[in-house]
Amino acid sequence: MESAEDQQHPISLYLKIWFLLFVLSACSYLVDYIGFQGYLRWTLILIFMFLKAGFIMAVFMHMAYERLALACAIITPPSVILVLIALMALEANYTFITRLIFFSS
Amino acid sequence: MTENTMPHPGEALLAEGLNGFVDDWSADKQTFQVHWGKAMMWIFLLSDTFIFSVFLTSYMTVRMSTTVPWPVPSEVFALTIFGNHIPLILIAIMTFILISSSGTMAMAVNFGYRKDRKTTALLIAATAAFGASFVGLQVFEWSKLIIDEGVRPWGNPMGAAQFGSCFFMITGFHGLHVSVGVIYLSTVAFKVYRGDFDKSGSYEAVEIAGLYWHFVDLVWVFIFALFYLW
Repeated sequence: MESAEDQQHPISLYLKIWFLLFVLSACSYLVDYIGFQGYLRWTLILIFMFLKAGFIMAVFMHMAYERLALACAIITPPSVILVLIALMALEANYTFITRLIFFSS
Repeated sequence: MTENTMPHPGEALLAEGLNGFVDDWSADKQTFQVHWGKAMMWIFLLSDTFIFSVFLTSYMTVRMSTTVPWPVPSEVFALTIFGNHIPLILIAIMTFILISSSGTMAMAVNFGYRKDRKTTALLIAATAAFGASFVGLQVFEWSKLIIDEGVRPWGNPMGAAQFGSCFFMITGFHGLHVSVGVIYLSTVAFKVYRGDFDKSGSYEAVEIAGLYWHFVDLVWVFIFALFYLW
């Protein structure tokens, strides 16, 4: 069993990640403020999103310092959501085309 | 492998890596070498991940399949402050509040493991206060949208009808999580202040509460990117 002293990290680590999260949030807000459009916008939004999520998970939630067994048990199951997203994207595309063909007057 | 030969987790990145993974699963004993409360909180957060993922996926589906233009979030959530029209500013402020609260929570967990009772209680209380102000801004956001802009779950004057249902469902469920988190954190802050964890000798409960709070922030990262910025 883990003892209480296990998750001892220097305060400076948290301050650095905190600052980094502020910068990344400001960057993603700037994407909208500057008004990038199209693929550039979507790519930037996703990059900043995954970076922020990664830092929160890894450092703030201590996932990087857990044993691999726990990390895998938590991180692998959500990956099946990608299948759902792919299926629903196909379905939505089909619905969109059907609506264009039959409901546009 | 016995307890004393095993290096303490938390010292290295993914301690023992793949060998540790095999050991943990094949040693014919408890698999996850953590406090049971922490393991259960992770499992709960995993199930919550699926709920929010399904909400966001359904939002993607209705947004992709509608032939009516989607309302521009940048304009819907703009505010005029001191005569300046700033796009999406309300959501940006809410994002920074939540990031700040995550920072204070991470510090609280750290001071908890240092057994610094007062600082820990103070930092958790600050986190709860940030959370409460987030909910306050959300109330402002909702009332502005419902009363001034006429957004309803079944329609709105700006464009696709599905905008309202997605918005109220996703941000409402997230707001519920923040509200519950504020109550949860207030309870933990009180228990820390009272000295419960000095008596039991373990501040693990602070880290478990921290996991929940960071998850709420994590979900907001996805909502902010996919709903407000897309």
